[in-house]
Amino acid sequence: MYSPRFHRIAETDRPKIVLTVDGRPVDAADGDTLLTVLMRHDGWVRDSEFDGQRRAGFCAMGACQDCWLTLADGQRLRACTTVARTGMAIVRKPATHD
Amino acid sequence: MTDGDMTSADTPRIAIIGAGPAGIRAAETLVEAGLRVTLIDEAALPGGQIYRQPPPTLRRPAKALYGFEAGKAEALHSSFARLRSAIDYRPETLVWGARDNRLLLSSRAGNTEIAFDKLILATGAMDRIAPVAGWTQPGVYSLGGAQVVLKHQACLIGKRPIFAGTGPLLYLIAWQYLRAGSRPAAVLDTGSFAGQLRALPRLARQPRTLLKGLYFTAALRAKGIPVLYSALPARIDARDDNLVLTYTRNGRSHEIAGDAVALGSGLKPETQLAEILGCAFDFHSPSRSYLPRCDRMGRSSLATTYIAGDTGGIRGADAAEAGGALAALAVLEDLGRSVPEVRKRQLLTHMRRAEIFRSGLELAFAYPAPAIAGLADDTVLCRCENVTIGDLRAAIPQWNITEMNRLKAITRCGMGRCQGRVCGSAAMEVLASETHAPIESVGRLRGQIPLKPVVGSNFETKAAS
Ligand SMILES: Cc1cc2nc3c(=O)[nH]c(=O)nc-3n(C[C@H](O)[C@H](O)[C@H](O)COP(=O)(O)OP(=O)(O)OC[C@H]3O[C@@H](n4cnc5c(N)ncnc54)[C@H](O)[C@@H]3O)c2cc1C
Ligand code: FES
Repeated sequence: MYSPRFHRIAETDRPKIVLTVDGRPVDAADGDTLLTVLMRHDGWVRDSEFDGQRRAGFCAMGACQDCWLTLADGQRLRACTTVARTGMAIVRKPATHD
Repeated sequence: MTDGDMTSADTPRIAIIGAGPAGIRAAETLVEAGLRVTLIDEAALPGGQIYRQPPPTLRRPAKALYGFEAGKAEALHSSFARLRSAIDYRPETLVWGARDNRLLLSSRAGNTEIAFDKLILATGAMDRIAPVAGWTQPGVYSLGGAQVVLKHQACLIGKRPIFAGTGPLLYLIAWQYLRAGSRPAAVLDTGSFAGQLRALPRLARQPRTLLKGLYFTAALRAKGIPVLYSALPARIDARDDNLVLTYTRNGRSHEIAGDAVALGSGLKPETQLAEILGCAFDFHSPSRSYLPRCDRMGRSSLATTYIAGDTGGIRGADAAEAGGALAALAVLEDLGRSVPEVRKRQLLTHMRRAEIFRSGLELAFAYPAPAIAGLADDTVLCRCENVTIGDLRAAIPQWNITEMNRLKAITRCGMGRCQGRVCGSAAMEVLASETHAPIESVGRLRGQIPLKPVVGSNFETKAAS
């Protein structure tokens, strides 16, 4: 089963931060964007509101707007241009497929 | 009239949007002339696309980040550092709209407006995309996006990514991935080898850039990475552990497997602000697109507004620096100040050479218009609204559509959050080919405010309080 992932090549000695993704704790490095966090965790960002298919951003530079997600407190953030902070709680729609 | 609305010839209010090579050189030139400028950029750090800086916790040296361009990157960053205290710099601030002589800004602190007497648009570009069936799947990124992930995040989008599309960045970024420890599955160029040969005389006007391009290709080939011309991507499917890209070449269908795909067919100027302000645009046939009209120094059709760098057409980073300085000189001239004539002439000469090089690039790496006309009906064209090419092909004759904004109103293609940045070029091609009309006659998608969704984030302020 194909599952995309980002792979780190360097800069691995950064301070660790912890956030949650769908209630589960996920480690990240200080300086990771939310897109990087999710693409190192399980490879998707959101469900498309039209066909329920998974999306994982596209441009990584704040242009395509395909990576908006929601935090548990209701804030909407653009994953590729937002640096992850300890305590952020990302909530995606419940997965309906694997 | 409030104070903020008053125009004064002595202290003109000058705003520059974009802190890339063009915007920084424009700011520097104006500060040297004794003027004060406001420099606004959505990004957290200056540098723009090519000289983008990672978050401060990532500390790789410039050589690792910018390769051959490390010297230029450092020069630009240190120019900015010298300017910093002399300008009103507004990082992490999105210009989401404009009205007359006011800019609408959004940042963590909230929304504000600022008034300007002179405005330099140095908003750069993004990837120009030719869609492929299956390109909305996770694992498929824009080519520039693949580079951002590498530069800004020290990550790879994949260990065996497929690079598909056309343009000099296709080779540069595949090579950067190779150097970073990835093994590209292939580099598939929609352009033909003959086209690249035809362009050689023009490309030779910037020998250093041409040689680098040849070097990247040779280095990839030397490592056994297939580099193929005239390869037209048709679809991307997830199969087993792979993304499989199906492409046609010389009339035959082939497949190649990788663990990610990077797609890009050149760059597309970020022109929405010019449009909202009411700048005139002209059709530019080599790039099959509309560009803001400007004179050699970057004066737009509006007396208040100047265009610099990629915003006015894709000429590369060196020309962006020269264009930024020239736009600033134009501002100075128009304010009745004296400008250094020798410098101005040198910059104009630089731009003329860059213009020839650009025409060479457009010849070598044309946007793959015929491939788009041949895409299957189920290919999603508009990612935001999930509109397929088939949806357009059905609607065009049914509603007798001949113009892009009517196409948008009826099909929702280009109506979503990205405002047609991603799908616009391809949608023009589909409308032109379905109506058998010349591409310029279909017009272009008009931008609307907000240009991008306004970031509602106040996470940090909340967390701090
Ligand atoms: C992803 C990408 C990667 C590239 N990589 C290379 C490379 O490796 N080598 C190369 O030679 N060329 C590269 N290019 C080409 C590159 O565009 C130019 O070489 C150069 O960066 C152009 O400089 P510029 O100043 O015109 O614009 P840019 O460098 O693109 O700077 C524009 C700036 O404007 C800001 N901005 C835009 N709109 C707004 C807004 N509404 N509000 C606030 N801020 C805004 C952006 O955040 C950005 O910082 C790349 C282009 C892209 C898109
Ligand atoms: S991936 Fe395109 S805006 Fe985030």
